[in-house]
Amino acid sequence: MKPLEDILVIDLSQFLSAPSATLRLADMGARVIKVERPETGDICRQLYVSNVILNGESSVFRAINRNKESFEADLKDSSDKQRVLRLIQKADILVHNFRPGAIERLGLDYALIQKVNPGIIYAHISGYGEEGPWKSKPGQDLLLQSLSGLSWLSGNGGKGPVPMGLAIADILSGSHLVQGILAALVYKSKTNKGAKVSISMLESILDFQFETITTFYHDGGKPVQRSQNSNAHAYLGAPYGVYATENGHLALAMGAIPVLGELLDCEALKAYIDPEGWFAQRDEIKQVLADHLKKGTTEKWLSILEPADFWCSDVLDWHRLLDHEGFKILRMIQRVTMGDGFSYETTRCPIRLDGEILTSPLGSPALGEHTQAIAEELIPD
Amino acid sequence: MRPLDGIMVLEFCQFMAGPSAGLKLADLGARVIKIERPGKGEGGRQIAIKNLFVDGSSLVFHTINRNKESYAANLKDPKDLERVKKLIKEADVMTHNFRPGVMERIGLDYQMAKALNPKLIYAAVSGYGTGGPWAGKPGQDLLVQCLSGLAYLSGDESDGPTPFGLATADIITGSHLAHGILAALFRRSRTGKGGLVEVSLLESVVDFQFEVITTYLNDGRRLPKRARKGNAHAYLSAPYGVYKTKNGYMALAMGSLTTIGRILQSDALMDFTDQRDWFIGRDEIMDILCGILQKRDTAHWLQLLGAKGIWVSEVYDYETLLGHEAYSILEMDQKLKLLNGEEVHTTRCPIRINDERLFAERPAPRIGQHTETIAREFGL
Repeated sequence: MKPLEDILVIDLSQFLSAPSATLRLADMGARVIKVERPETGDICRQLYVSNVILNGESSVFRAINRNKESFEADLKDSSDKQRVLRLIQKADILVHNFRPGAIERLGLDYALIQKVNPGIIYAHISGYGEEGPWKSKPGQDLLLQSLSGLSWLSGNGGKGPVPMGLAIADILSGSHLVQGILAALVYKSKTNKGAKVSISMLESILDFQFETITTFYHDGGKPVQRSQNSNAHAYLGAPYGVYATENGHLALAMGAIPVLGELLDCEALKAYIDPEGWFAQRDEIKQVLADHLKKGTTEKWLSILEPADFWCSDVLDWHRLLDHEGFKILRMIQRVTMGDGFSYETTRCPIRLDGEILTSPLGSPALGEHTQAIAEELIPD
Repeated sequence: MRPLDGIMVLEFCQFMAGPSAGLKLADLGARVIKIERPGKGEGGRQIAIKNLFVDGSSLVFHTINRNKESYAANLKDPKDLERVKKLIKEADVMTHNFRPGVMERIGLDYQMAKALNPKLIYAAVSGYGTGGPWAGKPGQDLLVQCLSGLAYLSGDESDGPTPFGLATADIITGSHLAHGILAALFRRSRTGKGGLVEVSLLESVVDFQFEVITTYLNDGRRLPKRARKGNAHAYLSAPYGVYKTKNGYMALAMGSLTTIGRILQSDALMDFTDQRDWFIGRDEIMDILCGILQKRDTAHWLQLLGAKGIWVSEVYDYETLLGHEAYSILEMDQKLKLLNGEEVHTTRCPIRINDERLFAERPAPRIGQHTETIAREFGL
């Protein structure tokens, strides 16, 4: 049995942050009903990436919303809203990511929902919290990365800000939402009481930087300095980074520089015997390494470093990753099918339970695909 | 209210992934006891960034392991092992990230632990799963980033692979571990049975890329192509990216080029009337924008574009952000007092429950700091 079987989630959210959370809940067995506005639905349906259209809508929407049902309703229309409230009455969890203020205007804030369903777990994501000068700013991933200091951690020194190339604030806030929801479910199982769970993308992206912010406080507020080349972590010394080789790239994690000098037969590296210097002189050391590693193939360096247990790896693109036995054995790809028979490949839930992978054959719903069936089943007239 | 009050977690995990999950569980109310080898303790105590140490352990260790207790035990010593087994009988959850085979040799693999305590949630982190050619590889963050394709998403087109500059694979995996543990705890409340939760760094970092990998799987398998300059997402159209201004940088998220062109009074931008060209002509469009935006200060553009509802922002460093009112109003900081009198200034749990922030002032433990009290409490 999947752990969240029989749990009903009413999901008023759109885009990525909260919908990524309800995908996780769905994969762990919950029934997730997306409540979507008529005609457009979740705006993510039209948020195309690299112009890819998958069965009429965005590939990103297809990835985020598989294994969910769609109920069409206009929350500004009173009879539609009554129907949604009756659904919420039956739900274990309500999720939304409206901007602060909007949910009160809709009359769906926690105080009101509690009257309809006192035991509910009410979970929501905002961009920057519900107070302060940024509360009305759009909670958009790149803006969060840019405001939170994150964009100065990747890329080489001398470059401008380098954002992380995925919606990491969305994903992490969604992930924290799941943690809060599940902890609240555990609490409810003991006390029979519901709870409100609040996440903001800003707090989540700050939590992600807990190591580096703590370090910033501790070292007297020194500015972040990325290494001039092969930067992979602004706060780590050489050799930590990615290097070009004769035919590709090589990643080197932490390790002793003289040992590396010995293994790679690179005389210049053997002189760096003081571990403190591996941080202080990392630009110089990394340059020596870069010049040396260019002279051999990735395979050559791996064949020397791996047997010596030096932490290193090849750098793969998705073609090579998906072809690799080490990936295939994980069975990370699944095929899902939509209500109209259209099927597509996507990834599965990354968590294994009792030795089993968690998969689901259900694709993403068409807008309003389940409105009637849900109404008949859960809120019959 | 702390939702996990009364839950006891034994943390055999080391370094970042597992302990970051333990920290979330602790902040949510669980009692987390680190099981550490006497003398050296958890390996993460010696892994430092910027060579910073406080009270004998790295600052990073203090950041990840606050709000936990420490019980020292040598798992190779039969007497110590017996005591740990007694603790396992009392625990709700145990976590470990030993390489495949190690717990079997010690005698604390899932089957053994389950025999001791059928209600136990047993949670294991690996680098690449328990089988296959990579099972024995070190489960280290940068290596997993580089094997998973993640390094080709950030940076500009002509840059080499550009890793995410934080232990992203560790953090994401830790958060999935917490998901699995909490779901299994909830299931136990209904079935009375424990269970086995397994995550791996590689599966987690592939899941992290689920949107773009799904796109790749369905677009004829085209590899990601980063923008030539100011790239912020390989799959998103112009204007999405970062731009240099006269006095700094600014970020511009998704928005209509027609509208932006009108606001900036740029015919060149308004010529891109077909939305599909916003992706195909991305480099050309971003070049035009660069040319315009570098002429004036950031504040000018934010005022001009922001007022019209275009998604723009400053690019802050830590100094500016941490001094900003929007940061202080979060009350994100907390200060931990260490046994030796030093202080660690760090952040709190990002989750709020019933509108309460979850603070926890207890610092990371010294090795074995709670061994005696735990032994007394559980009659070990």
